[in-house]
Amino acid sequence: MKFLDEYRDAEKVKVLVDQIHSLNLPRINIMEVCGSQTHTILKYNLEELLPEYINLIHGPGCPVCVTPIEMIDKAVLLAQIPNVIITSYGDMIRIPGSINSLMKVKASGADIRMIYSPLDAIRLAKENPDKKIIFFAIGFETTAPANAASILTAKKSKLTNFFVLSSQVLIPPAVKKLLDSELIQLNGLLAPGHVCTVTGTKWCSEISNQYKIPITVTGFEPVDILEGILLTAKQILLNEHSTVNQYKRVVTKEGNLKAQGNIYKVFEICDRNWRGLGEIKQSGLKLKADFEEFDAEIFFNLEPSQHHEDERCIAGEILQGLKKPTDCNLFGKDCTPTKPVGAPMVSSEGACAAYFNYRKVNE
Amino acid sequence: MNMDCPLPENEFEKILLAHGSGGSLTGKLIRDTFIKSFNNDLLAKEHDGAVFNLDGKKFAFTTDSFVVNPIFFPGGNIGELAVYGTVNDLAMCGAKPLYLSASFILEEGFDIETLQQIVNSMKIAADKCRVQIITGDTKVVEKGKGDKIFINTSGIGIIPDEVDLSPSNVKAGDKIILSGTIADHGIAVLSARENLAFNSEIKSDCAPLHELVEIMLKVSKNIHVLRDPTRGGLAASLNEIASKSDVGMLIHQDKIKINNNVKAACEILGLDPLYIANEGKLICFVAPEDSEELLIEMRKHPLAENSEIIGEVMNEYKGKVVLKTSIGTKRILDLHTVEQLPRIC
Repeated sequence: MKFLDEYRDAEKVKVLVDQIHSLNLPRINIMEVCGSQTHTILKYNLEELLPEYINLIHGPGCPVCVTPIEMIDKAVLLAQIPNVIITSYGDMIRIPGSINSLMKVKASGADIRMIYSPLDAIRLAKENPDKKIIFFAIGFETTAPANAASILTAKKSKLTNFFVLSSQVLIPPAVKKLLDSELIQLNGLLAPGHVCTVTGTKWCSEISNQYKIPITVTGFEPVDILEGILLTAKQILLNEHSTVNQYKRVVTKEGNLKAQGNIYKVFEICDRNWRGLGEIKQSGLKLKADFEEFDAEIFFNLEPSQHHEDERCIAGEILQGLKKPTDCNLFGKDCTPTKPVGAPMVSSEGACAAYFNYRKVNE
Repeated sequence: MNMDCPLPENEFEKILLAHGSGGSLTGKLIRDTFIKSFNNDLLAKEHDGAVFNLDGKKFAFTTDSFVVNPIFFPGGNIGELAVYGTVNDLAMCGAKPLYLSASFILEEGFDIETLQQIVNSMKIAADKCRVQIITGDTKVVEKGKGDKIFINTSGIGIIPDEVDLSPSNVKAGDKIILSGTIADHGIAVLSARENLAFNSEIKSDCAPLHELVEIMLKVSKNIHVLRDPTRGGLAASLNEIASKSDVGMLIHQDKIKINNNVKAACEILGLDPLYIANEGKLICFVAPEDSEELLIEMRKHPLAENSEIIGEVMNEYKGKVVLKTSIGTKRILDLHTVEQLPRIC
């Protein structure tokens, strides 16, 4: 397939791998921030090709994984209200809450629909005027523009039966939180290409400067990731710390200004809990007062509920890069994609699911 | 953060969509509920159909239910699928299909004209397969208690004496042939259902494979097993054979053909084509000395022009399927554990 196969090309991979091997470096920790990057690393078993000195650390960039459990519980509660249809992306439906997942209440009769775009939820609202449609809006800067667009459309169409349960989060504050942590020493970062497509790369440059750490804005195919690793390792070797854009075919310095405009028309920045990482200041998006009529939490008057995390699950440490999925006692035994204990075992961007689905030959 | 322990999630109390995916939950349901209760040797083989002897002749018997949504999709409809699906299950046993049954569960309010259209295409499909639909049943459920139309077909076929297909026959060194591109059916149905507008239409590969199988069995007496990779896709069929034979297999990703439109759709939707259903493809495990000739003959058949040797059976990796990726690294190709696409057949 044009535009994609060239980034999965065995010859290009070999050239990059040879260059990475030729660098003479002590052991370095490079974090790929985005869960889709983690999946490519596991799906193509890139570690088989890399020299010993490179230690890849998987970051928190899985939007489904970091959605706090209290929000899952709220979605489960809402799903059980008569005449409510909950819509969300596929993975959210399987995430375990304190007691139930959306999938389980669906099997008990709740109306839950998997959608590919929030505009599908708008369509459902128009087609079902006697039902209340709630879109469970999660994700980073990548999903926020489309989610904002759906709310703008609802406003324009004067919809009174469309609501959003918003758990939007922002990547830069989370990256800073990890770099502030003394628990982990990172030598370089692969920044998430899709987030940067929307945000641009200025925040990366600010972080490179502030924390004196090399950052490579990186894509999602094997060639992208290996090139990202090479560019980062070269900077580490030369003791440089700037932001380099590997994903130039998509990402610009300014990002998508129209998308950014839409986000901040609808949302404002707030503090937000991240599952596994705790509260991060100024790391979330909530609906502005002008759009409050679409806020499911306000309309349905949801009270904060008691929530329970499974204390055996080490998702928090995995999301911070402190541990790998295989360090968990539950991995592959009590916790599998069929019966997940923690969110990273569910999501198509979760590290545990990547380790489980793309096991190495000797594991 | 509250660290209390949640309720244990030991067993599922209710049926989930994933129980119908053809993946690991389906297998568990079949083993723990059906095989355990019905408990007999023929069922325990978990083949696409049961193979048994009557008066010195070998027969294959199989059944399949069809709940595809939408009932008409590019490249076919639920009726054709119901005929070809059962014919193909017989063909995978090495059987010549003889007779089918057809049962219809209809929802109150369903258009008779649409039903007639589906039945007409079943008749055409049956004629094409040279089988007769000789018995059936009709039930109607209240509006809202079904979804338009569900069809069950059963089929019986006769297996030539010399044909013996079984995962236990698979040996190290066997070549694995795939008869064409993968994932066409699942993506065609999904595109139609979700109104996903791709640049060009993706068509289901829905087709009867009995004739191709007949030719293949004439070309080689060393075909060890056949499977049609329907629900759960190529990955599920390969894993099923690996788990029932005492061998492992190595699959070369770059030998697996995928139509460009299907590949693009999978990329956009985040679906892995290795797990997506096919309705007109087969995989064949054959002794290495026969593989080249068989491949040449298969490619002469219109349904198998894109046949390719995609891998080989090995003594290594027992019970596992190993994928050599397009960049040369290796990893396990496992069963999918969750539902990717419900109601594709």
